[in-house]
Formats: sequence, C-alpha cells, structure tokens
Amino acid sequence: MSETMSERLEKGITALRGQMDSKVETYFSSCVNCGICAESCLFYTETKDPRYTPIYKTEPLRKLWKQEYSFWGKFASKLGLSKPLTEADFADWEELVYDGCSMCGRCSMVCPMGIDVADIIARVKQGLSAAGYTPEGLVGAAQRTLEFGSPMGNILPALQAHIKHIEADTGLTVPFDVQDADYMVTISANEVVTFPEYIASLTRIFHHAGVNWTISTEAFEATNSGLQMGNNTIATELVGRIVTAAEKLNVKYVVSPECGHAYAAIRWNGPNYLGKKFSFGVVHILELLDELYRSGRIKTSGMETSRMTFHDPCQIVRRGGVEAQPRELLASVASDITEMKDHGRMNWCCGGGGGVSANERAEELRLKVFNRKKSQLEEIKVETMVTACSNCRTVLEDGLDENEMDMEVLGLTELIAEHLVEDEAALKAS
Amino acid sequence: MIDSFIDGPLWYFSLFIFFAGVILRLGSIIFSKHKVDLSVAKGPETPGALRTLFSRFIPDKGLFKHIKFQVIAGYVFHLGLFAVIFFAAPHIKFLDKHFLGFSWPALPHWGFLVAAQLAFLGLILLWLHRIMSPVSRLLSTKGDHISSILTFVVLLTGCLALLESFSSLRLLHRFSVELFLIYFPFSSLMHAFTFVPSRIFTGAWFGRRGIKS
Repeated sequence: MSETMSERLEKGITALRGQMDSKVETYFSSCVNCGICAESCLFYTETKDPRYTPIYKTEPLRKLWKQEYSFWGKFASKLGLSKPLTEADFADWEELVYDGCSMCGRCSMVCPMGIDVADIIARVKQGLSAAGYTPEGLVGAAQRTLEFGSPMGNILPALQAHIKHIEADTGLTVPFDVQDADYMVTISANEVVTFPEYIASLTRIFHHAGVNWTISTEAFEATNSGLQMGNNTIATELVGRIVTAAEKLNVKYVVSPECGHAYAAIRWNGPNYLGKKFSFGVVHILELLDELYRSGRIKTSGMETSRMTFHDPCQIVRRGGVEAQPRELLASVASDITEMKDHGRMNWCCGGGGGVSANERAEELRLKVFNRKKSQLEEIKVETMVTACSNCRTVLEDGLDENEMDMEVLGLTELIAEHLVEDEAALKAS
Repeated sequence: MIDSFIDGPLWYFSLFIFFAGVILRLGSIIFSKHKVDLSVAKGPETPGALRTLFSRFIPDKGLFKHIKFQVIAGYVFHLGLFAVIFFAAPHIKFLDKHFLGFSWPALPHWGFLVAAQLAFLGLILLWLHRIMSPVSRLLSTKGDHISSILTFVVLLTGCLALLESFSSLRLLHRFSVELFLIYFPFSSLMHAFTFVPSRIFTGAWFGRRGIKS
C-alpha cells in the first residue's frame, strides 16, 4: 500500500530532526542572512534568481530548527503562530536543492560566519529523500545500482569486453580478484561506458610503475547515487559493497577513480556510513599517481605544447584536499598551462555535480549555469582543458558543444599514460 | 519611580537574561550531539580551525568586488560599534565602577563622535542593503529587522545621552540597552558569539581534509 502524504511528510520531518546536532545549532545561530553566499554560487550568479542563494536552500531544516529548537520559534509554535513544514515546502525545495545545487561547496568557503552551507544542504537532502522528494533520474540510478551494480545497469560484461581489448592491445593483463593486492581499483560507470581509455591508461601506468593491483568483480563501481540523493541507507549499502570486497581480498588500499563524489563517498563518508574505521586506506587516483611520480616510479617524457588549463573537480579539490597533486602531475607532461582566474579550492563547478547531471529535469538550468565556465575559459583562451572527474568531463563536453566552443577535454590519468617513458621506447622498437 | 525601576530591577533582570541566555545558547552548542568523524584525517583539525577563525575576517579576493558594499559597510558598522561600546568615556567609567574595578584610556569626545557616526552609517547602509537587495530581502526575517532597529535605537539614545544635561536621555539609553540585552540571546545578535564555534567547526572539518579554508 502506498504511503499517504502525511506519512511521507512525517518521514521527511523525522529525517530532518535526525540531522540536528551541534553544527546545525551553531550554523543557524550564526547566520545573519547577509546573502554573501549568493555571489559564490553559479546557480545564482548565472540566473540572478535569489531563490538559488545557498543558505536559502537550507530553509526546510532552518524552519524546523527555528520552530523546535529556538526560543521564539517554540514560543510561536505554542501560541499557534508559526507555520509548520508542509508537503509544499518539500516540493518547492526539491527543485532548489536537486536542480539548483551541485553541492560544490563554494558557498562554504566564503561565508563570513564560517557556515558550511553545503553540509547543511546535504542534510536537507536527507529530509527530502526520506519524504520521497527526489528527482526520478537519481532514484532510477540508485535502483539500478542496487539491483545491477551500477547506475547504468549491469556493466560487468562491458567492462570485461573492454578489458579483453585492452589486454589484446597492450599485451598486459588486467588483474581481477587478486588476493592480497596492494591496491583495489574502483571505477565509475561513466569510465566504463564513455571513457574506457581511463582503464587502459591505468593498466599501462600500473604496469610501468610495478604496482600490485586488482579489480574486484564483486564491487568495482565507485559512484554512489545514495550520496547524491541524500539517502544514507542506499549510500551505506553501496559503500559497504566496496568495503566487503576490499576486506575479502585483503587489499592495502582502495583507489577511488577520477570521479568527485565517489571519492567523497568512500574516502570521507564511508567510515561514517558504516560506523567503523576501515582496515585499508583509501586514496584518490591522483594521490596515488602523484606518489608514484614523486617516488620516481612513473617516468614521463615529452611535453604537450598546446595551451592547457586544469578544471578542478569540486569534491576532489575543494572538498577533498587534492589540490597540489593534479597540478604537479600536469606540469610533468605539459609546458603551457594557464590557470583560470578562480581555480583550485575557489574553482567554479562544471554545474553537473551533486547529481545534477543525472537529473534530466535540470538539464536546461545546468546548461545555463555553464556560462560561468564558458566565461572563465574565454578569458584564458586555451586549446585543451584537463580534468580528473568523468562526470565533470561529460558535463564540460556537453557545455562546450552547446556553446559551439572548439576545445578538447582530457582526463589527467590518460594524459600521464600517453607520456610514459617505456611506451615511447616500445613504440620506437615496434 | 520609573527611574529607579530602570536603574534597578530592570537593569539586573536584563543582565541576568543576557548572561543566562548567552550561556544557555552556547551550552546548547557545546552539549548538543557531536558526530564523531571516523574517516582518517589528512591533516590536523586545530590549525585548520584557527586558520578559518581568522581568515574569514578577510573576504575572498575574487569575490570581493561583488560583495564590497556589505563588507565595507559591515566593517564600518562593527568597528564603529566596538569603539563606541568599549572606548566611550561613560562606558569605561560605568564598567570600572560596576563590574571591573579598572579602566583604560577613552576616546576623546571627537573620537567618540566619529566612531558613533561610522556605526550609524554602517548600520543604515547594511539595513538599506537588507531591504533593497533581492537576495537579502528574501532571506531577512522580522528578527533581523528588530535586531537592526534595536541596535539603531541604542546607538541613537547613546549619542543623545552624551549630552548628559538631561537625566531622562541617560535613562532612555539605559532602557534601550536593557531591551537590547533581553532580546540578544534569542536573536541573530548571538552571531557576536557563535561566529567563533561556527568558524572553528568548519575550519576543523577543512583541516582534517587537508584544505586551507
């Protein structure tokens, strides 16, 4: 039997109540409604719609906090003067939070009160998701991942087919389910379906560097629709699959792919979802490549001469702390690098993070806010944009196409693989 | 009759509400549920917390041109208010006599006037921005407007009280301060205290992820 509206509402409110803690208390007690965060958000700067002001997106949680945790709110509630949260609030904020926020966290960098606005928006998602106010695209992706292992369905056959090609092309072996491997590599579905060259690049780099690695056939998918939806039950299940596989294979590290939110899910949120510390380490592929490069295990030759820039994936750089590594790696293979005006931890998002790109309803808005990236790119006039997130890459390519901008978008891992010394030698020999 | 009520019971009542309210609010932050982060930290939390505590006094360079009005008006108001509260001769005398037992050099009369004018100017500009900017207008609550009006009244009566020739003006100032103190703990004026834990929480979070915030 389907739930009634009031049951769904109550579930949403209960989920929001579960989000109350010292941070929420502090943040809402500190906000002076100055609106400075608006200017940091591309959904506001590109639309000038004040409803896209980041702190406004937290309103359902703030309303509940005011009514149940603040003096005047409790007072007004007792007198019947306050308006309780309604289904209409949830319906209105679903669009603001899922379509109009990529969870990029730029707002959290500029709030003069130090409020981590993105953190509160993530909490609002928990309430919306519990009440059933989640975009169809995200719900579908989550269901497919739960049922078939990936948001794009069962992609294991596709992965195995790609790997056969890679093995035939390179003469190398892609190791599946190797017990006691040092690194268990995870991949995003997008890398299997759209950018399979990423897997080929990893194979070549790891062979070159002598890395003892493996892919688990039971848990190779790193993306996490549960995190994007704000559904901790699903997020926990998906992270749990990777953790179980890593423990079963007894690996030392799990490697997160070139995917922003996948890194956040396994590296930062994972232990908290599961309520335990992991028995293995988690590294982002860029951290691993940088470590291999610094220790001399990756040797590159030749330099790209085209004018390049690096697009910082928000969850890897601003919210993940992997800022210096991609720059060092890129500088090892490219001689003409120009930074965008706002870059690093103050980069502008591609517009498709946080599940926005999986939400068809948001497509028009996503393409509109791409104008911010377009302006950034027009200022520096580069020929190639390098990034390290397959979702960013897809969104950037979409935006460039839409705006008829002639620019190549490359993944950093592939770029490194193209400059491996041994490959050049092998090519000469052949 | 009203004089002794304002100078006596109402004053002590407002002080009690202010201190008890602020302690309760801060206590509710300290004793609220804290989620322990089980992920392995990349960096230490304390330096991150301290960095953010101070770095947020300076706006991001790239953002400044878009928010300069709020930033400049905000600084003008807060610095002016700070100077008026802690460096006006009557306030130092009052604090020395009733609370602290020591004093410090006060602003000269002209300095007080300049500080008060800056505080007025900043407050009016911020309030105008609040009602004219579509973003701030959407966000602002009745509480924000009450806070602005109360602060304005306290400043205005304070300037009038400086004339000192009318006891009623001094009483009016004290009465407005009492209302301000009573309202303070239950309003967004609490940001004067809570900005510290707020920045610390966020800075510590960024610190453990190895991010400079």
